[in-house]
Amino acid sequence: MKTLIFKTASGYLLPLLVLFSVFILLRGHYLPGGGFVGGLIASIAFVIHSFANGLEETKHLIKMHPGFLMPVGLLLAILAGASPLFIGETFMTGLWFENPVPVIGMVGSALFFDLGVYLVVIGVTLTIIFTISETL
Amino acid sequence: MTNPYIVLPVLFQLLTAVILLFFWAKVNTQRLISIIGSLISMGIAIHLFYQVYGQGIQTMQAGSWAAPFGITFVADLLSATMVLLTTLSGLAVAVFSTGSIRNARLKFGFLPILHFLLMGLNGAFLTGDIFNLYVWFEIIIIASFVLITIGGEKAQIEGSIKYVTMNLLASAIFLTAIAILYGLAGSLNMADLSGQVAAIENRNLVHVTAILFLVGFGIKSAVFPLYFWLPASYHTPPPAISAIFGGLLTKVGVYAMLRIFTLIFIPDDFLSDLLSVMAGLTILSGGLGALLQSNMRKIFSYLIICHIGFLIAGLAMYTELALSGTLFYLVHDIVVKTNLFLLAGIIFKLTGTLNIQKLGGMYKKISQAQPAHGHTALFLGGDSSSFGLLGEGRIDSRWLPKWFLCAGGHDRAGELFDSLCYRKGLVRGLLERSRGPA
Repeated sequence: MKTLIFKTASGYLLPLLVLFSVFILLRGHYLPGGGFVGGLIASIAFVIHSFANGLEETKHLIKMHPGFLMPVGLLLAILAGASPLFIGETFMTGLWFENPVPVIGMVGSALFFDLGVYLVVIGVTLTIIFTISETL
Repeated sequence: MTNPYIVLPVLFQLLTAVILLFFWAKVNTQRLISIIGSLISMGIAIHLFYQVYGQGIQTMQAGSWAAPFGITFVADLLSATMVLLTTLSGLAVAVFSTGSIRNARLKFGFLPILHFLLMGLNGAFLTGDIFNLYVWFEIIIIASFVLITIGGEKAQIEGSIKYVTMNLLASAIFLTAIAILYGLAGSLNMADLSGQVAAIENRNLVHVTAILFLVGFGIKSAVFPLYFWLPASYHTPPPAISAIFGGLLTKVGVYAMLRIFTLIFIPDDFLSDLLSVMAGLTILSGGLGALLQSNMRKIFSYLIICHIGFLIAGLAMYTELALSGTLFYLVHDIVVKTNLFLLAGIIFKLTGTLNIQKLGGMYKKISQAQPAHGHTALFLGGDSSSFGLLGEGRIDSRWLPKWFLCAGGHDRAGELFDSLCYRKGLVRGLLERSRGPA
């Protein structure tokens, strides 16, 4: 699939899709979206890039093994979920900062949990797809 | 009383697993972290048990969402005991696997998956929400799929196909039962359901749901007509994995049955009779199966089935005495089954065979090689039957009046097979000094 049109388009699609995935991640608390869907969209961005430019090129772009994102994301999700335990609240209780952050809005522990899910989904999807395309 | 920290046994296993994932390639570091993590988990589990023992039932609402809408976690004495036993078995298996599992397997993430499995088990024992129970079951079976196939030997793959197929089927049936129950009662909280289900007018549908639960858990805990996947798969993975499977996985099914059939569906005559017949036939088929085998791990696999029958028998009688017998036996059985499979692992390591026709003089051999270790292992293995009889006796005494001819006979026969098997497998195979090559 190394056509010129696809290759050129993938260069523009990568930042666009990653940006879109972050948008989906952030709107996910009350509206459709969230870490899982956002993570899938972000992985699609890298998969398209690897189809157009080859797997090595994409690996060079990411600079680390995508599998490393799994424990990082899981750890983030655990810490976000367990953070209420430190102040005597139950597991997974939403903690919110008092003032809204510009552009993003209200930020709470749920966002960090979703961010963890986002990273895990990217890590799992890219590991699976990269492993399959390496063995093909 | 509410206690936000009862979820810690689950969380800490997860944390251990995640830390292990960071050290994916460093096998020796993984060994160390796994043992340290298991030790700390043990401390947490002991603390939880102590709290529940002293202060009664502890509950927790995940995310501070009130019951019956939020997910409830409940630690009563049974849950706390099961969590304690899970962590104990987990510690034993973690220590055993650091010495016995080959590096090739450890490099494919054996230890992280083991801790994910323990997390699932702890979660299943602590949850008070029936859909959440399903989720923990899924975590358990997905982790166990990886553990049973890791290594990729031919026998393992063959066994795991049967294991995976049957367990997926059981999950589907379990999920269907939950869906119907939710449609009937409009709630998934176990404590809430126990009141709701009793008030439902459509009793036929309630019975159908009860049977669906029975079939789903029956496959998972290997009761009579649904047990054949167990002896086909449990002897194939390495001993450390067999130990955690044999000690805990089928017992989760029994635990779920105990919860469902004492809390939500109180057995009526039909259900009680059905459970009795199933229990009797399970004991009989497990005992007969064990007598026919000569591979030690296959004998133990059939003995698992046999003893599941004893546990179900207590539930079938549904008296306080019988249920306490079941619980007592459950506690004992977890420790012994884990030990038996670990013992089989040690024997295989020492002699290179598990065929009891070829074994002999093990007692001498082990006590020469590692005196303290050998004595402990053989003591735990050999004495298991006598300790278990206490529990079995309690079940037995209540059964006889009702099912004297059919099930009572089976029970007696099962006990006979039981002791025969122990004698065959352990006493004749291991303890007899004269026949051995040593």
